[in-house]
Amino acid sequence: MPIQVLMPALSPTMEKGNLAKWLKKEGETIKSGDVIAEIETDKATMEVEATDEGTLGKILIPEGTADVAVNTPIATILADGESAADLAKAPAAPVPQPKAAEAAPAEAKAEAPQPAAKAPAAPATEPLPDPEIPAGTEMVTQTIREALRDAMAEEMRRDGDVFIMGEEVAEYQGAYKVTQGLLQEFGARRVIDTPITEHGFAGVGVGAAMAGLKPIVEFMTFNFAMQAIDQIINSAAKTLYMSGGQMGCSIVFRGPNGAAARVAAQHSQDYAAWYSQIPGLKVIAPYSAADYKGLLKAAIRDPNPVIFLENEVLYGHTGEVPKLADFVVPIGKARIARAGKDVTIVSWAMGMSYALKAADELAKEGIEAEVVDLRTIRPMDTETIINSVKKTGRAVTVEEGWQQSGVGSEVAARIMEHAFDYLDAPVARVSGKDVPMPYAANLEKLALPSVAEVVAAAKAVSYR
Amino acid sequence: MAAPKKSVAKESGQEKAGSPPEFTKEQELKALRDMLLIRRFEEKAGQLYGMGAIGGFCHLYIGQEAVVVGMQMALKPGDEVITGYRDHGHMLACDMEARGVMAELTGRRGGYSRGKGGSMHMFSKEKHFYGGHGIVGAQVSLGTGLAFANRYRGNDNVSVTYFGDGAANQGQVYESFNMAELWKLPVIYVIENNRYAMGTSVSRASAQQDFSKRGASFNIPGKQVDGMDVRAVKAAADEAVAWCRGGNGPMILEMQTYRYRGHSMSDPAKYRTREEVEKVRHDQDPIEQVRNRLLAAGASEQDLKAIDAEVREIVNEAADFAQHDPEPDPAELYTDIYR
Repeated sequence: MPIQVLMPALSPTMEKGNLAKWLKKEGETIKSGDVIAEIETDKATMEVEATDEGTLGKILIPEGTADVAVNTPIATILADGESAADLAKAPAAPVPQPKAAEAAPAEAKAEAPQPAAKAPAAPATEPLPDPEIPAGTEMVTQTIREALRDAMAEEMRRDGDVFIMGEEVAEYQGAYKVTQGLLQEFGARRVIDTPITEHGFAGVGVGAAMAGLKPIVEFMTFNFAMQAIDQIINSAAKTLYMSGGQMGCSIVFRGPNGAAARVAAQHSQDYAAWYSQIPGLKVIAPYSAADYKGLLKAAIRDPNPVIFLENEVLYGHTGEVPKLADFVVPIGKARIARAGKDVTIVSWAMGMSYALKAADELAKEGIEAEVVDLRTIRPMDTETIINSVKKTGRAVTVEEGWQQSGVGSEVAARIMEHAFDYLDAPVARVSGKDVPMPYAANLEKLALPSVAEVVAAAKAVSYR
Repeated sequence: MAAPKKSVAKESGQEKAGSPPEFTKEQELKALRDMLLIRRFEEKAGQLYGMGAIGGFCHLYIGQEAVVVGMQMALKPGDEVITGYRDHGHMLACDMEARGVMAELTGRRGGYSRGKGGSMHMFSKEKHFYGGHGIVGAQVSLGTGLAFANRYRGNDNVSVTYFGDGAANQGQVYESFNMAELWKLPVIYVIENNRYAMGTSVSRASAQQDFSKRGASFNIPGKQVDGMDVRAVKAAADEAVAWCRGGNGPMILEMQTYRYRGHSMSDPAKYRTREEVEKVRHDQDPIEQVRNRLLAAGASEQDLKAIDAEVREIVNEAADFAQHDPEPDPAELYTDIYR
């Protein structure tokens, strides 16, 4: 029976890609290992190798086709003795796996995961207009990856003391292509590939910041920053205090944080709560593309050490970013992402995707949820949370991180301290489960929060 | 533990070991004065600690004075200095005021960190002293970062990064060595080998006890230096400074030295013999070496006593200030967290 060649995934998070080029023609003989096609995303091009032998029977997806979903049949291969007449026998396309389950797991450093290009992302709910963006501002649609790159490029143009260092940030164009084009524009003096040496280069960055430079230190993921956490906390965060205000440290530590997809326990931890405990650090965890850009620019300008937590799954997502010469979002201000009167849902970063979808679901049942996007974890905008809770009398926190001593716990404590008399129900926390992240697709899904859990929590605090 | 060698001067390179270049009388007097200031300061700090005026950890530099004084004689304004927690001597050598250092030890508002850093955490941007770091080895990456900033800015400053034989076993030291040589950063790694990491002798902790070779796999040149002879230190420092300013990358200087006092004030002193300490004091004391040379060259006891008196006055004034300066205002609790 003819064999189907399926659209492969380049990474655990890829959902679609472009079929750039066919290297074999119909009727050509194919040996196992032959490169038959090239596929690409906005960050990478990859060759598709045949795993079977035979003749290229039919090309199902012509070259130049964009946004081909993973697992779509792209060609059929005829085995020895088969002819074009056998093509009809090819099996129907398999049911696509929910999360590119056949993708090879990313190797920690050798093969950085490559997320999908322009994956459909727009949350089902249209966010409220941001008060930071003047009415009538022209918006451009871009991926979060592009928003981050633009933020860094703009700040590097503005200030010669700003530079970026990290693993694969220069020649490779970024493990997740966030630094794409920076080496070409700013050169090797300011876009610096480091060896794989997190503890060391974090310390070098902090030392350079003590000397007055403004480094952006990229961690390929924050999971690897655990090797560097002593320099981040003991050197970067505490020196201003220990020096009686003499020696500050203007530095941004940034990179993907939290769960990606199918990379298991060592590559899937959320560090928001860890860093948020440290006086001297600021901690930012944005969700929208505009916030990614505006807050990264603010972080680079801030004279203090800033932890900027990104999300790999969101890199390929698109959003509206204001077309302004200098769009900066202030650190420490939450945003009402959706207005409502019945229950407050407080979230940030990836948690917002559950929160906004849950708000849609709740609206169908007549519950109007107000969704607060914290954006900055430290300093926390308690006022916005409290004002919302005073209005709704109920609150749910949503995060992918663990519950014990989590950010949601802190939010709940502040609500209790400042709005106890306004509460009609105890605050509910929806979080990642109290387990290391499992690899199996079904278990991973169970370990993360879900829209259903948020809906259930919101209904529980509403006694519905 | 074997008794210390009488003379520890030895170069790991091919050069012939010999007497270091002589100092001029002015250099000898300066070295004597600066080393005496450190010694008298540290003795006073030890006294104040015993009286309860200084709290927490207090690591004295007594015995090692020639290292930092000799290094400093080779530097120019703008060169950065960074070290670990045994840092009082480095600050005095960097020309920071004794009263500000002492007042930090007593946790007073006139201290260099306004009383918020203590013995291990002091800084002076003005004097290019970048601390004072309490985490063993952390200053090595930070000092490499200071050198990175020099290179980025294209100036000719050199970062002098001090650490001990104990810190030399930390992983980030080698991560830093790799980047420093890879990027040809102007940093002198001064390994102050005082033979004991707290209570653990070098022979019990280090597979490679020749610390000048610790950069070998990164192609960083290194030298072993008699860290008890301020002239030898100065000569090695001159060479290393020229190497770094010349754009050749980092260099390692292993300073063979000795601390007379305990690791900190609560040292049980069970890991070495009293005789060992006495022998080094008697045979190799860095201050006595200079004093004896000066006397042999015709300086009068009177001249030397004048230096003693000047130093004692500075130290006494610092101690007096440090005990009478008020504690920090309670409002300081919440300052200097962000800027």
